[in-house]
Amino acid sequence: MASVRGLQKWVGIGFHAFRQHSALNSSRVLQQRAFRLSGARCQQPFDSSVEKPQFPGASAEFVDHLEFIQPNVISGIPIYRVMDRQGQIINPSEDPKLPKETVLNFYQKMTLLNTMDRILYESQRQGRISFYMTNYGEEGTHIGSAAALEPNDLVFGQYREAGVLMYRGFPLDLFMAQCYANADDLGKGRQMPVHYGCRDLNFVTISSPLATQLPQAAGAAYALKRENSNRAVVCYFGEGAASEGDAHAGFNFAATLECPLIFFCRNNGYAISTPTDEQYRGDGIAARGPGYGMLSIRVDGNDVFAVYNVTKEARRRAVAENQPFLIEAMTYRIGHHSTSDDSSAYRSVDEVNYWDKQDHPISRLRHYMTACGWWGEEEERAWRKQSRKLVMEAFERAEKRLKPHPDLLFTDVYNEMTPGLDQQRESFWRHIQQYKEHYPLDLYEK
Amino acid sequence: MMAAVRLLLRTGSSSSSFVHSGFGATLLRLSPSCSSRPKTQKRHAAHFTYQPDPVPAEYGPTVKMNLFQSVTSALDNRLATDPTAVIFGEDVAFGGVFRCTVGLRDKYGKDRVFNTPLCEQGIVGFGIGVAAAGATAIAEIQFADYIFPAFDQIVNEAAKYRYRSGNLFDCGNLTIRAPWGCVGHGSLYHSQSPEAFFAHCPGLKIVVPRGPIQAKGLLLSCFADKNPCIFFEPKILYRAAVEQVPTEPYHIPLSQAEVVQEGSDMTFVAWGTQVHVMREVATMAQEKLGVSCEVIDLRTILPWDVETICKSVVKTGRLLISHEAPVTGGFAAEISSTVQEQCFLNLEAPITRVCGYDTPFPHIFEPFYIPDKWKCFEAVKRMISY
Repeated sequence: MASVRGLQKWVGIGFHAFRQHSALNSSRVLQQRAFRLSGARCQQPFDSSVEKPQFPGASAEFVDHLEFIQPNVISGIPIYRVMDRQGQIINPSEDPKLPKETVLNFYQKMTLLNTMDRILYESQRQGRISFYMTNYGEEGTHIGSAAALEPNDLVFGQYREAGVLMYRGFPLDLFMAQCYANADDLGKGRQMPVHYGCRDLNFVTISSPLATQLPQAAGAAYALKRENSNRAVVCYFGEGAASEGDAHAGFNFAATLECPLIFFCRNNGYAISTPTDEQYRGDGIAARGPGYGMLSIRVDGNDVFAVYNVTKEARRRAVAENQPFLIEAMTYRIGHHSTSDDSSAYRSVDEVNYWDKQDHPISRLRHYMTACGWWGEEEERAWRKQSRKLVMEAFERAEKRLKPHPDLLFTDVYNEMTPGLDQQRESFWRHIQQYKEHYPLDLYEK
Repeated sequence: MMAAVRLLLRTGSSSSSFVHSGFGATLLRLSPSCSSRPKTQKRHAAHFTYQPDPVPAEYGPTVKMNLFQSVTSALDNRLATDPTAVIFGEDVAFGGVFRCTVGLRDKYGKDRVFNTPLCEQGIVGFGIGVAAAGATAIAEIQFADYIFPAFDQIVNEAAKYRYRSGNLFDCGNLTIRAPWGCVGHGSLYHSQSPEAFFAHCPGLKIVVPRGPIQAKGLLLSCFADKNPCIFFEPKILYRAAVEQVPTEPYHIPLSQAEVVQEGSDMTFVAWGTQVHVMREVATMAQEKLGVSCEVIDLRTILPWDVETICKSVVKTGRLLISHEAPVTGGFAAEISSTVQEQCFLNLEAPITRVCGYDTPFPHIFEPFYIPDKWKCFEAVKRMISY
């Protein structure tokens, strides 16, 4: 009964304080006491007459034999699927029956992302941008989930979710502006490439530290719940990031504080070079959800309709019931981790080829569209040409554009310019004036 | 680590739980019934004498409050005027282990004043999210000693949110409150003064008040400020410091030091409890050495008020900086080098730092560890005869 003793102690302290400080009027002290007692009433009723467990920490029966709970990792949580690898709907009652325009839009956004990835990856190889991360193999998770959200739902991402922005209509020019860090970049050229963000599209700016966005997403969802605005938050992360302490924090806070939030895990088998058997020993990420009291599901991440369905339902229930949902989308990271990584150093080419050629979200959707008679070789050829043209035009515009004004190095550290920072800015310009030939000033806006 | 704290708080031996005995010294002095206790058990007397601020006339009616009550008053004012404001942290719902949130949950509802799971990185991350969504987040870290699990969220996330997004997103509505500083017997993990760790991080504001009036005005300014703020509350003052505090909201500007006592021979700079130590030292210096000292409360550690400090040093020619935190890498080093750069021709003696030693904060050796008035007084003697 430590807690009871604690209560008595606090009441005692309250009275000490009362004697010392006349400011505390008596009604307030009484209020404090009443408050504490009502707090005590919230504990589970204690009834010693019944031979049942009375522990406040769990609701369970006694058991009279010793048995450890076994994790079930051989036969894990099943992977929800709507269409097979040939694009055939497996169970018609699960068919979302999306109209042709919607499905074509899915396909075009996925392939446009793929085209942009190829061009920007190459541009990094040529040293034209400093860094890039592709989305190969995970296009379906982005588009399927983004399509199931409302446009004003707030998105927190990791860095491999560019398709969500693509779906929401983020212009190619702004993708390019960010990667080139040119004067059009909404982020003012301050972050590494692929750290996109867009206020108008409710996509919170990406940052490099992994999993920091999980508890933040919980906080944002809590604030939206209090606004009563019928909005949800979705938070993407990889299975590697789920090992961070912040993931634990985010899951637990979202559950205990009843936040309308969808945790969307992209389990693509690798965190850079680390395979999942070095990342965890349980049944993936989805199996952790119930431990936090979270409704959880595992989905085929290469099946855009399956991703769409689970996100749609999770979104509906998260907002209606104010509780978090965990979706684990099983995929495969077809590309290298980033342009600073050669994945052939730690995995076989055959493995990569299987996912690229035989189980890819884009080809699967294309099979579906072909079977519906919505897409043929002709359309494919035309769209490939058009999408490549769109990307190349944006690419060339971005490359020609100047970098942002160097003053932007100093702004937005604080909401206001502080005197100390302003002095540093002035000293910077004095230095630049004196040594201008040693700095790339002509590349920057004046 | 928090489990250890809870052990102390909830199940400590019945005669001396942490908080109870934390203010044991005060209670002992005030309560005659305790004078019969064996002398060997009496704790070391407080290392400072609290000097109340004058009663402020400009902000309306005042009420006698100690520091924890003035914090509650500031929180109350903010919740009353800002419907988005929420308060959360470990054990804040029942009033907080230092009583700072007493009554607020009853008054404003459990969706606005609530307990979180026991996880500091979660608390700060959650607060950043609340603020990023546009609401006012007031997070409590139970002791400044336990803010380090949230260091990543504070330094890499909160501080850089606005800058990295090109001002598309920010968490300017976040304030993190944490009890701070030595308490007589807090040992390694209930005594720390971690402000210098954060002072190296652009994007944050760090504030430490010296008493109830300051606490309320500065805390309300942190809430109103459009940047993430860390507000460190000297926990030894929670009950010990009592003065007349306005009940209505008022603001004391951030990044402005305050000259709390004018002088002509030497400048003292300190913050938090140490301001009261320095005031005593100034009196001692005047009485015993005839030295006139100017005492400045820095109040905001980051971004700090260079102008007020340098103006004073230009006048006095000598600077003594004192803080409880260890000397190496402490914030006094920053002040010292800046003043040296800006006031080189005015300095008549080396700038002196009287700080904690470069050790962890010890338990039974606390009276020897802290930069008390005698250590500061000795520094004054040396500086004046330099």
